Amino acid sequence: MLKINNLHVKLEEEDKRILKGVDLEVPAGSVHAIMGPNGSGKSTLSYVLSGRDGYEVIEGNATLEGEDLLEMEPEERAAAGLFLAFQYPVEIPGVGNMTFLRTAVNAQRKARGEEEMSAADFLKFIRAKAKELKIDAEMLKRPVNVGFSGGEKKRNEILQMAMLEPKMCILDETDSGLDVDAMKLVSDGVNALRDQGRAFLVITHYQRLLDHIKPDVVHIMADGRIVKSGGPELALEVETNGYADILAEMEVEA
Amino acid sequence: MNTATKQATAVISAEARPVSGAWAQDARADAARRLAQMGLPTRRDEYWKWTRPDSLIAAVPDAAAVFDYEGEPPVFHQIDRLTIVFVDGVFDATASDDLSGEGIEIERLADATAADIHWAKDLYGVLEARGQNPVARPLAAYNTAMATDGVVIRVTGEVSRPVSLFYRHEDATSDAVLHHVIRLEEGAKLTLLENGAAAARFSKVCEVDVADGAEFHHIRAQGRDHERQAITHMFARLGVESVFKSFTMTVNGRLTRNECVIEFLGDDATAHVAGAALGDGADGAFHHDDTVFITHDAVASESRQVFKKVLKNGAKGVFQGKILVKPDAQKTDGYQKSQSLLLDDDASFQAKPELEIYADDVICSHGSTSGAIDEEALFYLRSRGVPAHIATDLLVLAFLADAIDEIEDDTIAAEINDRLDAWLARHRG
Repeated sequence: MLKINNLHVKLEEEDKRILKGVDLEVPAGSVHAIMGPNGSGKSTLSYVLSGRDGYEVIEGNATLEGEDLLEMEPEERAAAGLFLAFQYPVEIPGVGNMTFLRTAVNAQRKARGEEEMSAADFLKFIRAKAKELKIDAEMLKRPVNVGFSGGEKKRNEILQMAMLEPKMCILDETDSGLDVDAMKLVSDGVNALRDQGRAFLVITHYQRLLDHIKPDVVHIMADGRIVKSGGPELALEVETNGYADILAEMEVEA
Repeated sequence: MNTATKQATAVISAEARPVSGAWAQDARADAARRLAQMGLPTRRDEYWKWTRPDSLIAAVPDAAAVFDYEGEPPVFHQIDRLTIVFVDGVFDATASDDLSGEGIEIERLADATAADIHWAKDLYGVLEARGQNPVARPLAAYNTAMATDGVVIRVTGEVSRPVSLFYRHEDATSDAVLHHVIRLEEGAKLTLLENGAAAARFSKVCEVDVADGAEFHHIRAQGRDHERQAITHMFARLGVESVFKSFTMTVNGRLTRNECVIEFLGDDATAHVAGAALGDGADGAFHHDDTVFITHDAVASESRQVFKKVLKNGAKGVFQGKILVKPDAQKTDGYQKSQSLLLDDDASFQAKPELEIYADDVICSHGSTSGAIDEEALFYLRSRGVPAHIATDLLVLAFLADAIDEIEDDTIAAEINDRLDAWLARHRG
């Protein structure tokens, strides 16, 4: 599904290299997790994949189902099936959550040459999805993320994911700012979307999210590269010993 | 005598003034005297620093091409309303609806001014004159002296449908001077709609007297003609527990200055003035000026100003808004917000928010900002598959929403929103 080859990225505005040769392949139907200390480049990777301004790719490539992601506009990536659940969902005063979602769903359908969803169908669809995530009608009417609690914002991200039905979902520290109940709710939402045709890349600091969203593969990222990959046990190792041991081990190997 | 005063005296000679009955002749002569004293505006005047008055006071207006709407129906066309049509500033009886209605008396200005005794005598030029202090508004005095047409409306009850003033522009060199007088009697209620390109140069004064407990709603659409020049004044006087709400949408227009002067005389009254202006210099020059002066001279009155401008390609916006709270106007709640969204580096916005407060128990706030589109929000929308141009339009409409929210009638608000949306769709990129 997602293939990243030797990706090198620097900040556009300054001469600071953040990703230094990332290699990663996430096949359809699988859940991969990326863990790593602060500043290792995890969030940058998610932003570069989704097309945010401010980064310059100096080497390497990234494809989604064989399509060159890095050549596409952000909206084209979304229509191609990429979704990023933001670490800090953006507040948009004046734009109703419902309007936003309907515009997004229909824009993607249009881009894919599909018919737009009628207002009635959309309403039925969103109500069902919102109910699963315990998002009430009031929250749908409010402006996007404005006045939402941290947990509400994250649930809103998952609602968008459920509505847009992407193929490749990237979750950027979706667990940050969540209490135990909210984490359960969000994880259930994610798990409900797991299927053979869809892949997930879960970026997190902590192992606890991975108790709920069980990964097939865990990668450790440090200093702009994937330095170690393994099964779910790798996350447990980090939880127990921190990153120091793994990083020290890598230094030795290097 | 300075040049401006000489000019003013020349343009308002007694022979030049429209013929009227005795009381109206007096009112016009008073206005002419006021104008001669003030002189015509110059760029040295504090309130004309950012808007050049030259083309508004030139002896002959610059020609303005009649705009081709390409079949687009006029704003408010689907709203059930009583329509009064002016063509290049001249009342058109054939195109207008029957002027009679339940709870409302409508007359042409010329008929009112010809009468020896008329209720409009107490208002024509009277509210305008009150509004000349402390800031001179010479072009309003000019209008009172020289107005050639207009309507006088007296509302005695709750009028079932809005009154719509539709200004048609057919002559590329027309110079229209209209003056309306509106009196809402106690407890009366009226919605006034205004739209249309009007004339090559359009001067309009509207004096509105809102008696105790009365309610006046005003929704105006200016545009989409590119070459018009317009100077408009609204003078309102508010009684106890009265309500005044005015919203203006402006798109295009080489030069538009809308002045709104409101005086609270009765306690517990409410006045909201709002505006949403969209200008794209690619259509031709765009300069839009909102100048507001609100005087609180009563207890517990609430005023609210919400002005939003979206500007690009060299479009210019100006806001001058003042709240004056007199010593006895305790419990005043004054709010003023003026914001502009500059879609590129060529657009500019000048703002002068002013508060002058002599009472000690009041809440007054003002905020003026100008900024670019929120890149974070734009990326967020695009990352959900919304194309950049649609995402930008969504954010622009969101920016304007505060102003549009000031329209109480949902159908009219939706109509305004649709027009703004359509304008944005035509001006992408």
